[in-house]
Amino acid sequence: MSERGLFARPKFLIPFIVFVAVAGFFAAGLRLDSTVVPSPLIGKVAPAFTLPVLDQGDLTLSTDQLAGGFYVLNVWASWCLACRDEHALLVNLSEKGVPIVGLNYKDKAEGARRWLRDWGNPYFVTVVDHDGAAAIDWGVYGVPETFIVDAQGVIRYKHIGPITPEVAEREILSLWNASKQHS
Amino acid sequence: MERKQTTFLNKVQHLFCMLMLLIYSLSANAATEVLEFNSPQQEQQYHELIDELRCLVCQNQNLADSNAALAQDLRERTYQMVRSGDSSDEIIDYMVARYGEFIMYRPPLKTSTYLLWFGPLVFLLLAVLTVVLFWRRTRRNTGVKLDAASRQKMQQLLDD
Repeated sequence: MSERGLFARPKFLIPFIVFVAVAGFFAAGLRLDSTVVPSPLIGKVAPAFTLPVLDQGDLTLSTDQLAGGFYVLNVWASWCLACRDEHALLVNLSEKGVPIVGLNYKDKAEGARRWLRDWGNPYFVTVVDHDGAAAIDWGVYGVPETFIVDAQGVIRYKHIGPITPEVAEREILSLWNASKQHS
Repeated sequence: MERKQTTFLNKVQHLFCMLMLLIYSLSANAATEVLEFNSPQQEQQYHELIDELRCLVCQNQNLADSNAALAQDLRERTYQMVRSGDSSDEIIDYMVARYGEFIMYRPPLKTSTYLLWFGPLVFLLLAVLTVVLFWRRTRRNTGVKLDAASRQKMQQLLDD
């Protein structure tokens, strides 16, 4: 090697550069959460359902009845521990006037009832998806999941897993405030 | 199937569970459901579909292998659609409309998936190219040329 050393033979740097590149990819990969699968339904009209309303006998609610107004659809279950993490945030949002529909997923009525009694009820209506069929139409693959549907009936946003204060503030509240200005 | 916010401990827990599942799965298979079909073709269609479709909860399993509640539901849905005479394309479209192309173990060939499909081939070609270049280089270098002085010195050493 000449007196100019390493820099006269840049080929020696190739393995190092390759290493840095590969390490970079791995570092980026570690930061990705592979359990979050993007939904193809964002920007599309919310899938229709007609489901019984919790504790209202034969009363049902359909997406047609929700049409024309902004709403948040929250998929939850009383057996879902992670739903506890977000519940206070949902109650807080409902106190600020955000209309939230609860989709009670594969739950027992007794459990759902007790949950709402014990932790507060953020939902203006709770529909019961006993066999999870409506949830499949909405592309739900776990609880909790939260959708934002605008006045045109289009899904604007989906959050997978318990919502965080940031999601509540930046996504839900901001879209809700924007929708109020339009109407 | 319920989610928690991931922490480092969760990841360790996750890894441990996966390991236990791996060990467990050596001796057990996913429960086989007893299903009736209208024809052997339908049965074959059903089994092809649940082999092709990915479980979204345990992402490294297909619907056939997974015992997750959602996988059971999606198997059931697939079964009903097969029974009612839907084609495989219709069933896959139905799943993709809800869960996205992620649900397919063989994603379609398009611009965003070129890297996925051809990436391994590109790496193979790069590897072959590297090996070929390396071979040619070393073969060329084996013919060591000596100048007159060294040759004389060598001869002297050999003679001694």
